[in-house]
Amino acid sequence: MFNNFFHKMASPKYFYRIAGLLIPWLAAGFATLTLAGLYYGLVKAPPDYQQGDSYRIMFIHVPAAWMSMFIYMVMATAGAIGLIWRIKLAEVMAISSAGVGASFTFLALVTGSIWGKPMWGTWWVWDARLTSELILLFLYLGVIALYNAIDDKRTAARAVAILALVGVVNIPIIHYSVEWWNTLHQGPTVTKFDKPSIHLSMLIPLLLMAFAFKLYYAFVVLMRARCEVLVRERNTGWVRELAETK
Amino acid sequence: MTSDSLLRAFTLLLKRDLTLAIRHRAEILNPLLFFVLVTSLFPLGIGADPKLLQAVGPGVIWVAALLAALLSLEGIFRSDFEDGTLEQFLLSSHPVSVLVLAKVLAHWLITGLPLLVISPLLGVLLGLPGDAIIILLVTLALGTPVLSLIGAVGVALTVGLRKGGMILSLLVLPLYVPLLIFAASAVDTAAAGLHVTAHLSLISALLLLALSLSPLATAAALRISLS
Amino acid sequence: MNLNEFFHMGGYAFYVWTSYGIALVVLLVNAILPLRQRKKLLADIARAARRARRNTT
Repeated sequence: MFNNFFHKMASPKYFYRIAGLLIPWLAAGFATLTLAGLYYGLVKAPPDYQQGDSYRIMFIHVPAAWMSMFIYMVMATAGAIGLIWRIKLAEVMAISSAGVGASFTFLALVTGSIWGKPMWGTWWVWDARLTSELILLFLYLGVIALYNAIDDKRTAARAVAILALVGVVNIPIIHYSVEWWNTLHQGPTVTKFDKPSIHLSMLIPLLLMAFAFKLYYAFVVLMRARCEVLVRERNTGWVRELAETK
Repeated sequence: MTSDSLLRAFTLLLKRDLTLAIRHRAEILNPLLFFVLVTSLFPLGIGADPKLLQAVGPGVIWVAALLAALLSLEGIFRSDFEDGTLEQFLLSSHPVSVLVLAKVLAHWLITGLPLLVISPLLGVLLGLPGDAIIILLVTLALGTPVLSLIGAVGVALTVGLRKGGMILSLLVLPLYVPLLIFAASAVDTAAAGLHVTAHLSLISALLLLALSLSPLATAAALRISLS
Repeated sequence: MNLNEFFHMGGYAFYVWTSYGIALVVLLVNAILPLRQRKKLLADIARAARRARRNTT
């Protein structure tokens, strides 16, 4: 039965339909969790004794940073599956993840920068985490740029899979080297994004937002994947039929 | 396909690339001049205060080396791509990763080695102490092959593209960051008179990793680019 | 916490609300773009199919 499921999932037409059914549910789940997370994070959680109310930015910044890493892993894994077993859908999932992954990385950077301003007085600090996120953003942009530069989309997907895999091997190395670099050049102030001593009242909204962002990624990647499937399968009968009945 | 013929293929390819490079001396000189020029621009840009120059020297020299390597990398597969030799590589019975290694070695001898040779001069220009210059040489000796190896993957991915050069920087420079960090820090630390065994071990580790993995990735990327 | 305090965010209103605002924009854009792209793709494909049929008849 599982085998049957995988065979069916590999079919773009089946995937298109199933994804279409899942998307509203995932979106609804995301909305619910977000509302709950925002309530617990902005209303119920008390101000931090050190950072006041500014720490609430953490409820966006930290989940966004987690997602930026998570999505890159998914992208690289999907790319590898597409490369090794030549499964079209894996290729589609890989490239569909790039844009939203880059967006989360951007969001982590911007919120990190904004959070840093009241703390350390500058709009940017070369903190280890922020610097790693910046490099991760470049890695994402490289994937997107390479994919757009290659005309044949199947070739593009395979090239991007190699790039993502090379990136994935490098990411731990980059993280470690940036961490180390940061300890060398530490200024007089400790530029670490010290999460306030995590209280349960802060942990709950953090986890809620983390889950919410996962659901968000799920429904957005499915939406993008459906578009990608339409593009790749535009000359097949089922896509033509679908377009004309709309 | 015996290992004997593989060795022959390797040496032939190496010799061919070196011969071609010697005939087109600009290939050797341009990145070198770029390296020297970029490094020399910094004192002009930030002032010639010796303390300042010594502080930024290692980083500046290494960034210039990265850029020079990037500049020189574009040519590594281009002419072979244009005249069909690259396809021949893929069709031959030899493992492509070995052929790639030959090309990368040639590239390093042509562009990396000259950087190494001129670097003491740059060290002097920026006022680096003797210990630091020695370590600069060591980091460049270990690091420039890494630049060639990692860069080759990027070139292989973009060899078929029209404006490949622009994207190449975006793809490759983030991957150079760890090497830059460890190497510049090693020279800095040496300038302060401290031990740099940790740094050099890390750079050696990067070199070994690149040697083992990047020819495979480059070969895979070449196959994809030429499909 | 009353509404005023809520918006004031202990003096950090600008920072907190700008962050959440940017997050909202990023999430909205990423969700809306694929929606519009899908509609456009279906319209393009339908148009191409009609043109193809017209050309062969």
